Amino acid sequence: MSENIVSVNNLSVSFDYQENFLSKKQKIKAVNNINIKIKKGSFFGLVGESGSGKTTLGRAILGANKISTGNVIFHDDERDFDLTTINSKEMKEYRKKAQLIFQDPYAALSPRMTVRDIIAEPLEVMKITNSREETDARVRDIAAKCRLNLEHLRRFPHAFSGGQRQRISIARALVSNPKFIVADESVAALDVSIQADILNLLKQLQHELNLTYLFISHDLSVVAHVCDIVAVMYLGHIVEMAPSRELFSNPKHPYTKALLSSIPSIDPENKSKAIELEGEIPSAMNPPSGCVFRTRCPHASPDGKEGNIEMRLEEVEPDHWVDRCGVSCG
Amino acid sequence: MTHLLEINNLDVKFDTDEGRITAIDNVSLTLDQGKVLGIVGESGSGKSVTAKSIMQLNPGNTIYNDNAEIIIDDEDVLKFTSKNDLKKIRGGKVSMIFQEPMASFAPAIKIGSQMVEQLMIHKPMDKKEAKNISIDMLNRVGIADAEKRFNQYAFELSGGMRQRAMIAMALSTMPKLLLADEPTTALDVTIQAQVINLMKDIIKEYNMGVIFITHDLGVIAQVADDVAVMYLGSVVEQGPVNEILKNPMHPYTKGLINALPDINNLDAPLTPIPGNIPSPLDRPSGCVFRTRCPHASKEGKEENIEMGLVEVKPGHWLDKCGVDCGKI
Ligand SMILES: Nc1ncnc2c1ncn2[C@@H]1O[C@H](COP(=O)(O)OP(=O)(O)OP(=O)(O)O)[C@@H](O)[C@H]1O
Ligand SMILES: Nc1ncnc2c1ncn2[C@@H]1O[C@H](COP(=O)(O)OP(=O)(O)OP(=O)(O)O)[C@@H](O)[C@H]1O
Ligand code: SF4
Ligand code: SF4
Ligand SMILES: [Mg+2]
Ligand SMILES: [Mg+2]
Repeated sequence: MSENIVSVNNLSVSFDYQENFLSKKQKIKAVNNINIKIKKGSFFGLVGESGSGKTTLGRAILGANKISTGNVIFHDDERDFDLTTINSKEMKEYRKKAQLIFQDPYAALSPRMTVRDIIAEPLEVMKITNSREETDARVRDIAAKCRLNLEHLRRFPHAFSGGQRQRISIARALVSNPKFIVADESVAALDVSIQADILNLLKQLQHELNLTYLFISHDLSVVAHVCDIVAVMYLGHIVEMAPSRELFSNPKHPYTKALLSSIPSIDPENKSKAIELEGEIPSAMNPPSGCVFRTRCPHASPDGKEGNIEMRLEEVEPDHWVDRCGVSCG
Repeated sequence: MTHLLEINNLDVKFDTDEGRITAIDNVSLTLDQGKVLGIVGESGSGKSVTAKSIMQLNPGNTIYNDNAEIIIDDEDVLKFTSKNDLKKIRGGKVSMIFQEPMASFAPAIKIGSQMVEQLMIHKPMDKKEAKNISIDMLNRVGIADAEKRFNQYAFELSGGMRQRAMIAMALSTMPKLLLADEPTTALDVTIQAQVINLMKDIIKEYNMGVIFITHDLGVIAQVADDVAVMYLGSVVEQGPVNEILKNPMHPYTKGLINALPDINNLDAPLTPIPGNIPSPLDRPSGCVFRTRCPHASKEGKEENIEMGLVEVKPGHWLDKCGVDCGKI
């Protein structure tokens, strides 16, 4: 039995782009040759530049995006699911194992369904339960774990605040008893107090239900607090990956350093220590050759030798991986 | 001096199948040109409803109170009846950046076409000029290859790009009043810093007034001149941003600041404000925060308090209850 639940091997995902009907098709490489292993029971964080491919990677793991090259394997207890070759029958099975928590608790919940029906829907759609009693029992059980009470179940979602709605979304994602959860900016819309509450809940459920999370977020302070391991993405590549504490106390890649220095602080005297990144933000449509960060890196060499580097992660300390460029040039 | 925006005694209620929800209770705010007013508060506290009231975008089941006023440039938006009146607001003086960018771009129309159309509603100009302005603005919010992105659909952009396109669209119309509802929640911190700097430049350049809604106190510290803290439809504390963040007095404001995860101390547990937010269907009487306040009195006298802001220091306003009870 594998100690990992997900292995992503040399994964690339591209989208077609066409300016108009006449022009020729171009490719956007959203995810570029990525390798990660997600350990069973871990809280795996994914941070990085907007547009760097985090959502695309998460969706590829869930089987919601086409895989261009490479593969994604999900290791269940008895069997493996290969997302590259999965057929629709296996996909039905896989949906029970891997779930997404929506970002926006307001848009995601149908206003015309009671909370009970919202949570029960996946059970009915996936035909997991055989009777209404069984469905009700499962719904009540997961609702209680998410700290929603019986009275809540009879109500409609508009009667709830954002935090309670997010708990409803979580209950809905967990009701089918999944093993792996992708949370894509799931607490971004919530204020700090509710965030803390939801994160504590996710942590608690991680242990109670033996869940593994892929946690996508741009909020570094949150990631630092909840994730065991963190990968940093920039323009389709992972540029650094390490256990949280190590990454936050000992960042190596120039992009990671810039990110960590830019966390907004509530102390007004603290505004100036951010490393400001100069230069145009490059585009996934037309990425720089060699090191993708070189057009904005404060340490890029004057002779531009990074244009010819091949990107690849290297283990510089146990479990601390950095893109080669960050190792040799930084 | 007259203010750019003046909200007086605003109540907003919604009729629902389960009863009447109070979303806003007696809120008064003012905003001057060139200033940024931040609004923070728990989700469901009424921040978006406040902004939507200014644009008159709340749905049909909304009930406003008779003595409420929302005055922009000496005209009361709540007294507007005709489409033409509303046009002055929606297609002219005021622009809004919505909380969900996916909902604000039509899915089957390229984002560029939508930007051009918006611009042309606001100002007389031809398509070519509108296109140039739009692409320039997309560039300025940090969208690379803007000419190509201009021709894409919203679903083809990443979450953060959609949000920046939304910001670009709102800024390009150069409104007098900008309502920005959680405009940077989907951005990574380096791009967020860039977008915030850009917004600050443009606000200054065009002397705009801005209402900036966010739950991120760090962002508020960077952009806002003043801040209003909302809880369950009421403003409980208000004042200059540095003063409020440094010397918070209301138990709710203190709880919010205390809940911020500390990046320098990863061993510290995350500390939410204890207790559940009451359902808006049963909003507590008296002090709205009393069901979760660590300083609530044992005899429950807060049930009978009437809420209202009091100036406790020059410019620093605090809910009356925070004045009487917070002293404990
Ligand atoms: N359906 C699609 N069609 C075309 N391009 C797409 C599609 N989905 C994503 N892309 C492109 O892939 C790239 C990566 O997008 P993705 O949404 O994965 O980024 P992200 O890291 O999640 O960013 P954010 O933090 O802004 O949400 C972007 O250039 C985006 O425009
Ligand atoms: N159309 C509506 N019908 C019924 N209730 C509504 C409606 N719109 C908003 N509400 C309720 O009004 C209250 C205030 O909502 P609002 O969207 O203003 O919150 P918010 O402060 O913006 O929260 P968030 O930070 O989660 O965006 C909530 O309880 C919400 O459920
Ligand atoms: S290779 Fe050079 S440009 Fe790239 S991150 Fe390293 S130092 Fe910066
Ligand atoms: S009135 Fe009492 S319950 Fe309300 S905020 Fe003040 S101390 Fe807390
Ligand atoms: Mg995303
Ligand atoms: Mg809102």
